[in-house]
Amino acid sequence: MHRSLLLLSLLSLLLGGCATTTLRGTGDLGLIIERADGSVLIVESTHQQTLARIEGLGDLSHASVVYSRDERYAYVFGRDGALTKVDMLGHKIVGRVMQSGNSIGGAISQDGRLVAVANYEPGGVKVFDADTLELLADIPAAYGDGKFSKVVGLEDTTDNRFAFSLYDAGEIWVMDLRDARNPVIEKFRNIGRQPYDALVSMDGRHYIAGLFGEDGLALLDLWRPERGVQRILDNYGRGEQPLPVYKMPHLEGWALSEEHAYLPAIGRHEVLIVDRHNWKEAGRVAVHGQPVFAMARPDGRQLWVNFAHPHNDTVQVIDTVTHQVIATLKPGKAVLHMEFTPRGEHIWLSARDDNRVDIYDTRTLQHLGSLPVRNPSGIFFTARAHRIGL
Amino acid sequence: MLQRSLLSLLAVVLLLGAAPSQATAEIEPARQRELLHLLRHDCGSCHGMTLKGGLGPTLLPQALAGKPAATLEATVLYGRAGTPMPPWHGLLTEEEVAWLVALLMKGVPDAP
Ligand code: HEC
Repeated sequence: MHRSLLLLSLLSLLLGGCATTTLRGTGDLGLIIERADGSVLIVESTHQQTLARIEGLGDLSHASVVYSRDERYAYVFGRDGALTKVDMLGHKIVGRVMQSGNSIGGAISQDGRLVAVANYEPGGVKVFDADTLELLADIPAAYGDGKFSKVVGLEDTTDNRFAFSLYDAGEIWVMDLRDARNPVIEKFRNIGRQPYDALVSMDGRHYIAGLFGEDGLALLDLWRPERGVQRILDNYGRGEQPLPVYKMPHLEGWALSEEHAYLPAIGRHEVLIVDRHNWKEAGRVAVHGQPVFAMARPDGRQLWVNFAHPHNDTVQVIDTVTHQVIATLKPGKAVLHMEFTPRGEHIWLSARDDNRVDIYDTRTLQHLGSLPVRNPSGIFFTARAHRIGL
Repeated sequence: MLQRSLLSLLAVVLLLGAAPSQATAEIEPARQRELLHLLRHDCGSCHGMTLKGGLGPTLLPQALAGKPAATLEATVLYGRAGTPMPPWHGLLTEEEVAWLVALLMKGVPDAP
């Protein structure tokens, strides 16, 4: 009797010990936002499974995520101004600060040591130590006489710089954080009305802001900042009245191949194709609704597009050689976000109103399986850690 | 642009004239649930899921207090030209918009 008890406890000790010492990598992990519950799921894309649910992250509508360079930690930017650091292996929250009243997203520096957050209220950017979440710099987005602008399109680029746009002021600011406590800021004014989001190219060179209040976009060449901000795709709407916009497009997902950039046209059922050499229009693809995300598969061979309400049950796939729509899928109700596995053989789609994330094979376009997730929105895989501007 | 703002101005005037309180007609419980869902998620994409604001302003009762319901209804129905606030007529009826605005002014129950 005694002996078997002893054995049992030994066994459980061993088992317990095992569980904590099993080694694993983080390269196939990711987070899915459960936007209505303030929780996130840690998922693994090799076996397509959920590993853990972490609760207590607050208001996660419009939440986004960046990763530490070792892909161990996730930084989750919540709408309510919270910045939460999640341990992807320990399955727990390891740091959290309420850094503003209302925020829209953030970015991590090239060296991985700084996390910057873009805030609507009070309008500005705050910079935190990625290890400790200690506040290092606070940059109010002041303009005019004593007004503060909402900040959008905060992106990391090379040389530990960040670029962001001031929605209310129509400005782009480039912030150099070589000395994090003393940011050096260069301001570009009169870039156009109501920049609403932005992207930075994979090489960190081009920062492009979408303009809600103009028929065109603002481009800043970060290698030639002395040339200032240039208007591109001016008058792409050809003076026609845009359709009402029920969901603002997201530009971070804008797809760039070496040759072309693919941009969602705001207020139009079109994806615009731009020649990256001269930034002139190279064509457009008619699509099912107003695009929200137009994301290139990592190899650039396909473009996956989702749409705004009331067309958000549909996803279309565009061939980047022929510029034809090759598939129209109806994955579920309210498809909010899409994320490719690191090399793009699969794509994960969140169907918010069906409480499900669907996985598709990008070659066969076949549905492979689903994970139950409560009101999923963003899906973020750790491979983002090593991409500039993601 | 000009045409659109004229149109919304006209709409405001019309609505103001047309005593909006008539529009509190019954809305089916199933439709009410759909509207609540729309409010949190689709309006929420700009105004925040908890309506504390985002690209669009907060829609909490304190913020709306003192603003005429008719103006707010016109904003929802016809949008605001020159801003991202889109018109919802065609997707929502006048009765539904009146119901939503009344709910916003009173405060939205917290259940998702
Ligand atoms: C694409 C973004 C967007 C969406 C979606 C959106 N709004 Fe708005 N809304 C705005 C913006 C921006 C403003 C502020 C306009 C201005 O500057 O006057 C606004 C203003 C308003 C106002 C006026 C507030 C005030 O204090 O005067 C109301 C009411 C409102 N929205 C309700 C709604 C409702 C209800 C929905 C959903 C049916 C909705 N909005 C969806 C962007 C949006």
